[in-house]
Amino acid sequence: MKGVVQDQARSSRKSIAQRARESAGRSVMLRSFFIAAWAALLFLPFHGIRSALVLFAGIFAGLPVMQSAMRLGGPGEWMQRLPGFRAFTLRSFPFLRTSALPVFLLALFVLPFTLKDYYLDVLVMSGIYMLLALGLNVIVGFTGLLNLGFAAFYAIGAYTYALLNTKFGLGFWPSLPLSAVAATLSGLLLAVPALRLRGDYLAIVTLGFGEILRIVLNNWDSLTNGPNGISGIAPPFLFGISLGSLNFYYYLVLGLVLLSVLIIRRVKSSRVGRAWIAIRENEIAASSVGVNVTRYKLYAFAFGTFWAGIAGALFAAKMRFVSPESFTFMESVFILSMVILGGIGNIYGALAGAFILVLLPEALRDVQMYRMLLLGAGLVLLMIFRPQGILGGRKGVRIRG
Amino acid sequence: MLLQQLINGLTLGGVYAIIALGYTMVYGILELINFAHGEIYMLGAYLGIIFLGIFTSLGLTAANFPLALLLTVLMTVLFCSAYGFTMEKVAYKPLRNAPRLSPLISAIGVSIFLQNYVMLTQGATDKVFPYRYGETHIRFLSVDLTALQAAIIITSALLMTGLHLFQKTRMGKAMRATAQDKTMAALVGINVDTIISMTFIIGAGLAAVAGIMVASYYGIVNYSIGYMAGIKAFTAAVLGGIGSIPGAMLGGILLGLIESIGAAYISSEYKDVYAFIVLLIILLIRPSGILGGYSEEKV
Repeated sequence: MKGVVQDQARSSRKSIAQRARESAGRSVMLRSFFIAAWAALLFLPFHGIRSALVLFAGIFAGLPVMQSAMRLGGPGEWMQRLPGFRAFTLRSFPFLRTSALPVFLLALFVLPFTLKDYYLDVLVMSGIYMLLALGLNVIVGFTGLLNLGFAAFYAIGAYTYALLNTKFGLGFWPSLPLSAVAATLSGLLLAVPALRLRGDYLAIVTLGFGEILRIVLNNWDSLTNGPNGISGIAPPFLFGISLGSLNFYYYLVLGLVLLSVLIIRRVKSSRVGRAWIAIRENEIAASSVGVNVTRYKLYAFAFGTFWAGIAGALFAAKMRFVSPESFTFMESVFILSMVILGGIGNIYGALAGAFILVLLPEALRDVQMYRMLLLGAGLVLLMIFRPQGILGGRKGVRIRG
Repeated sequence: MLLQQLINGLTLGGVYAIIALGYTMVYGILELINFAHGEIYMLGAYLGIIFLGIFTSLGLTAANFPLALLLTVLMTVLFCSAYGFTMEKVAYKPLRNAPRLSPLISAIGVSIFLQNYVMLTQGATDKVFPYRYGETHIRFLSVDLTALQAAIIITSALLMTGLHLFQKTRMGKAMRATAQDKTMAALVGINVDTIISMTFIIGAGLAAVAGIMVASYYGIVNYSIGYMAGIKAFTAAVLGGIGSIPGAMLGGILLGLIESIGAAYISSEYKDVYAFIVLLIILLIRPSGILGGYSEEKV
């Protein structure tokens, strides 16, 4: 008797489930029809009827397949399951923390002997971007202030060295700290009035600052040679020997990145760094326990832009040429994407983000054209599915003003 | 000379004002700087060229079929509204409860995506608007005004009046209520999602008209025009007081005047800088703009 009841219950449950599945199947069909038709419609003016029809067919057929794949686990779960998306920090690599760290560093030091010049060049560029990402990470990641004009400070560093060198004949070594100081001072100059603003307004002001600087660089012909830029910048010299080789730049950049990581790590865990994070987490709570919010925000701007100045001088010395074209708004977004991709507020994330975003387009030569298109789509997807970036941990960082 | 510059500024300002309306409406409701709004304007300019091209290839030029222009505007508005609607659903809606700056970054992503999409499909070089119209000159008090300029000024004024009247309708009231307080609006039975979609649809439609007007005014279009126009329109919105619709109109016209007078009397090379300087000064001195009210930050 009991068994019969159970059987009946099971069969009726099954039929309900089945019915639900059928109607769900129908609604999936309907949904994917509408989505496919809508996408094809949006596609139509720029691609013509034939491509729109192909797109329609593709989405109409592909969407149900994708949805049933998704049903095996939500998109979030899928992402979490991918090894790369695990929430890990350096702690997940115990080998890096113990005896393997010296081996890793040694490998970095012997790398130039095994790599072709082209790869070395890419590595040097990714090193320069690492410095930029580390600097921006202090402002955006630690303190939670969105800066959309970071390329401006990069430009100030680069032009400071370019001008000091070509107009006054000053060498690289004395110019490097001067470039950093110039960037820091301009960071402070912008920050003093701008920090009174809330998050998104601050972002727009930094963007405006970046654009004004770029337009001025473009038009102040007597000083900056306008859009033609400044060429003939000298490479670094040491005891009268030119150090313009790629190998030298590699070691210089490597040394500076390692140094900056060490310094930024120390600063992050200092009183100042903890104040930054307190401000990021809750500005009002931070100020109510006695953190001087404005002062620490200024520190963050100064400290972050300092590294942009260093990176700028390195860039000018390596390229031996600077022009306003290298410091557009897109450049700022590119650096910001590195920080976001790596994980906002994570030092190693900034390194990884810079490394990936410089290397990926080089590795995928064929899709180079689509680089910025993919970057744009990637930013949207990252914000929706993984706002904490690849190394950001599970909880993620809230960015606010 | 001054009067001439005022007319030029008014033309430009009308266009800025129309784009600024889209910014200010979205900001009023979502507190989001819709960074990709300028790209909708750029899409509008391109779509105008594309649809005019289609009509011409069908043998319906504006010369023998004056309705072609009107139909082009209509189609462009419809498609741009669809783009605006989709943009909100795909890139902003999933982030509605995310930290404030997440949707802003998402918007930057959309902007880069759309720019490069148009660059890849339409080429990186300038596109020429298929034909010129409205080139008859109107002489008026020593001022030289083309019919096209007059049309732009009149269209802008009509659109602004239209939006002003729309505010008085049922939907417009619902929109204002949502801008004031989303939760309360939802409690009294307003479908907030619909209102937000409507905001994007209207804003995108206005930007589309602005795109066609500018494309026919300057005669050429480039995939990168959306960025600068977007920033300038945003400046206009902030200048007038972001979230305020009359403010956006006032700000747009003021900015157009500042720019054309600055270009004529100071330096035309720095034409694009004036907007940024105005933006910085306004944000630093009076972030709430000319007509904007003071809003306390909620804890």
